[in-house]
Amino acid sequence: MKPESFSFYVAESTQHALDILAQEGDDSKILAGGQSLIPLMNFRLARPAALVDVCHIPGSERITVDNAGVRFRCSVRHRDALHSNEVNAVAPLVGQALKWVGHEAIRSRGTLCGSTAHADPAAELPAVWLALGAEMVISGPHGERHVPAESFFKSFFTTDLNADEMLTEIRVPPAPDPSLRRTAFQEIARRHGDFAIVGAAVVIDLDGSGRIAAARVSALGAGEVPMRLRSAEAMLVGSPLDDQELLENVEAEVRKSVQPPGDSHASARYRKKVTGTLVRRSLAECAETPSTYEGML
Amino acid sequence: MTCEQLHHVSLIVNGVERSAAVPARTLLSDFLRHELGLFGTHVGCEQGVCGACTVLIGGRLARSCTTFAVQVQGEEIRTVEGLANGDELHPIQESFRRCHGLQCGFCTPGFLMATEALLSENDDPSDSEIRDFLSGNVCRCTGYVGIVASVKDAALRARGVNGSDQ
Ligand code: FES
Ligand code: FES
Repeated sequence: MKPESFSFYVAESTQHALDILAQEGDDSKILAGGQSLIPLMNFRLARPAALVDVCHIPGSERITVDNAGVRFRCSVRHRDALHSNEVNAVAPLVGQALKWVGHEAIRSRGTLCGSTAHADPAAELPAVWLALGAEMVISGPHGERHVPAESFFKSFFTTDLNADEMLTEIRVPPAPDPSLRRTAFQEIARRHGDFAIVGAAVVIDLDGSGRIAAARVSALGAGEVPMRLRSAEAMLVGSPLDDQELLENVEAEVRKSVQPPGDSHASARYRKKVTGTLVRRSLAECAETPSTYEGML
Repeated sequence: MTCEQLHHVSLIVNGVERSAAVPARTLLSDFLRHELGLFGTHVGCEQGVCGACTVLIGGRLARSCTTFAVQVQGEEIRTVEGLANGDELHPIQESFRRCHGLQCGFCTPGFLMATEALLSENDDPSDSEIRDFLSGNVCRCTGYVGIVASVKDAALRARGVNGSDQ
């Protein structure tokens, strides 16, 4: 099918984009890569009256890696983040998850900020931002505000963004010690590149003696928003990563704690079970692989 | 029907500047087919799933059905029409012909462009790399075995040619 007609604007700056949103009102939408929005428009499930293309804002395709961590500006494409050596060195989880996002042709146009703002409960990146403790930078008529990933995702396809605001940047804080960080991402989908049925992202920071100093575990597809699995995280802290009994207990705890929905793709029971399995597999992967950072040294 | 505002879109398609005035909602796939008469780019699902409409935008693989023409103003687009040199098939097309990489041919333009993108970054892909890279393209006829064989054949020939050039 074909989309309904709309007015189209190319934003020259963030302020310009915000001005257009203000002038066009609630039915206007930001267009980044369009890989989620345009299919919805083709189906006429989305009928925005105006679109504001933000991909030509100077510098919006920039990835910055420094002492403050990684910053992805609003039109960074999946493909560029996936192939960035700098990102893979300091935040390998991003690339580990991006491999699962769509296919090459989707990744070359889709943007990190776009799919994050779209907030599909089965999308990979929201769970990644939760596990990494990322922060969303939102620009609006009253200036800029910073929202932690955990309070950004509200419900199915719903975020903390107001209609007159845009997601201008995603910030990933640096690891306390990159050489002691382990990360993994696992998901189950019907076919590689399809939307995930469920998935898990894990970030582990070890202490000098090989015990887990901090753990962040998140799940996708296990609820209407990606969620942290705090009871599982709490069980991990203080133990070595290769404690098999612990991993089994964590798996059981995850199965108990998540309340996923059931649908035509998978029953709630299946999702519950598989979320536990994927968390265990991710932890096992963390135990096996040295961090990419070490590999690069 | 109200009169829609038209946008002047100008693209470099297969090395030639082409332009037309279209509403913002015109998909790149429709721009290529209806405005420019380039019917080689096929439209299957129009929702980014089948890969039939795959083209190269600025050298990168992309779905023309999930891209508005106005988004790619001024960009270089390569379509399947840009592969052959007159009556002479492009080596990738030749491999698809030789190794039975197509039956009805509906999916083929997308597979050819995806293969072109794959081989430009990896001249010796393994079977699983080929299958992984082409996983965004759907074929209802071949069962994919002939397609994978075609890509392998094309890679082999491309390396052979490079080898003798050096
Ligand atoms: S027609 Fe574009 S992906 Fe199917
Ligand atoms: S050859 Fe018929 S769909 Fe692929």
